[in-house]
Amino acid sequence: MSTRVDAPMRYTYYPGCTSETTAVEFGLSTEVVCEALGMELIELDDWNCCGASSAHSLDHELGLALPGRNVALAQQAGLDIVIPCPACYQHCRDADIRMRDDLAWREKMERILRFRYEGKARPRHLLEVLSRDLGKEMLRKRVTRPLEGLKVASYYGCVLVRPPELTGWDDPEHPVTMDQLIHEVGGEAIDWSYKVDCCGASLTLSRGDIVTELSTRIVEGAAEAGADCIVSVCGMCEINLDTRQAPGSREKMPVFYLTELLALAFGLPRVERWLRRHSIDPRPLLRERKLL
Amino acid sequence: MALGNKALAVRTDLSFGDIIRERSGEDVHSCYYCQKCTAGCPTAFVMDYKPAQLLRMIQLGQRERVLSSTTIWMCIGCEACGTRCPNQIRLAPVMDVLRQMALDEDYAPETAVYSLHRSFLDSIRMWGRMHEVTMLAQFKTLELLKEYPVFFKGLLGDMKLGADLLLNGKLSFIPDRIKGVDEIRALYEEAAATSSREKESEVSG
Repeated sequence: MSTRVDAPMRYTYYPGCTSETTAVEFGLSTEVVCEALGMELIELDDWNCCGASSAHSLDHELGLALPGRNVALAQQAGLDIVIPCPACYQHCRDADIRMRDDLAWREKMERILRFRYEGKARPRHLLEVLSRDLGKEMLRKRVTRPLEGLKVASYYGCVLVRPPELTGWDDPEHPVTMDQLIHEVGGEAIDWSYKVDCCGASLTLSRGDIVTELSTRIVEGAAEAGADCIVSVCGMCEINLDTRQAPGSREKMPVFYLTELLALAFGLPRVERWLRRHSIDPRPLLRERKLL
Repeated sequence: MALGNKALAVRTDLSFGDIIRERSGEDVHSCYYCQKCTAGCPTAFVMDYKPAQLLRMIQLGQRERVLSSTTIWMCIGCEACGTRCPNQIRLAPVMDVLRQMALDEDYAPETAVYSLHRSFLDSIRMWGRMHEVTMLAQFKTLELLKEYPVFFKGLLGDMKLGADLLLNGKLSFIPDRIKGVDEIRALYEEAAATSSREKESEVSG
């Protein structure tokens, strides 16, 4: 029925802690891109940190309980939860599945947090929503400035597509959703071998040496494959690749969030308010390609 | 025959593998050592025992060696091993259980990694969300107190990174406190109670 197509796409929105700080470019560009695509994001009231890498690392139960509160808060609206950060996504998804499957755990959470689990609010990653709910036409229709001549290495990282039991919407070893979206908006998604290699994630603050080694290897892989830039949908990956490229002979490679490139392709205003906040300034590349 | 070399005298606890299987939900006994996990592990190069070796040591009941290894602190939970294992063993939840056991049984953790997680969790307990500036201040203080060479080793790089983030307006000095912070604390207390029950049942068991 036509009413279904015209009905607004409404989602609960879980921004995550870094959306206003270290990944502020991601937060800002996600909001404007979703608005441009007719997706209504309703921020989850009083959301809390999902526990990131730290809760499950030291305490299994806390690792499920913290994201569990977000899942609890989202029950009332009963809308799918859009989550831009892959780690937040993984933890919220894990917490939702646990409540769905484990009755004793669900009852315990319901008792402590005083809510009723309905199982309707599915935690979903932003990339999954953009690639599955919209349709290619919708994206293509919105493009006013195709990303012609921009060679992009789509970088997925670790827990966005793994483990497949939790994710399941793209291939865990050779994911393609982001490449397809880049293609839809006129960019060239290059073939390369480091799509799902890990950047070192949370070790960045405790063992920066390890992260520099891993992140540099990824960037060098992208350069070797002929990419101009890397695109990511993770606040952790982006900041690691943006700040931890080892000094070498190669010129430093800009790292974008997917939503930044979409905003650019859609011709949305004021893209510089986040582009200028990268460690490696991506604007010279964009000017060179006549995209800015 | 008495073993002269102390390093060879590995005490074994044959219930260890069963405990890990029970607590992690992963069937560690089904590993047949194909070593795909080790081959794909991004941090294997900084581990004293590689992921497949650690699994074998769990099967053999080498509790002390496993719980004092650097491996459990170097695993970042990227799930490459679990995705590729022909026996569907996910090592990420196994590592979570091992870290928790190591802390419960007072094995020394890798200082920097542990201090960061601790500071991160204290930040969530305090505000309900992670607040970078206070979290980092606590982390750096813990590092300085516990292992100051580590603190100085990374200081210059961290200061550069910090300055970079500040200049780009990516650090906020005022924390964002959520309304439901009491609920967060209740979750912490509940988790602590579960953890001490598990510890007790293992000691008595």
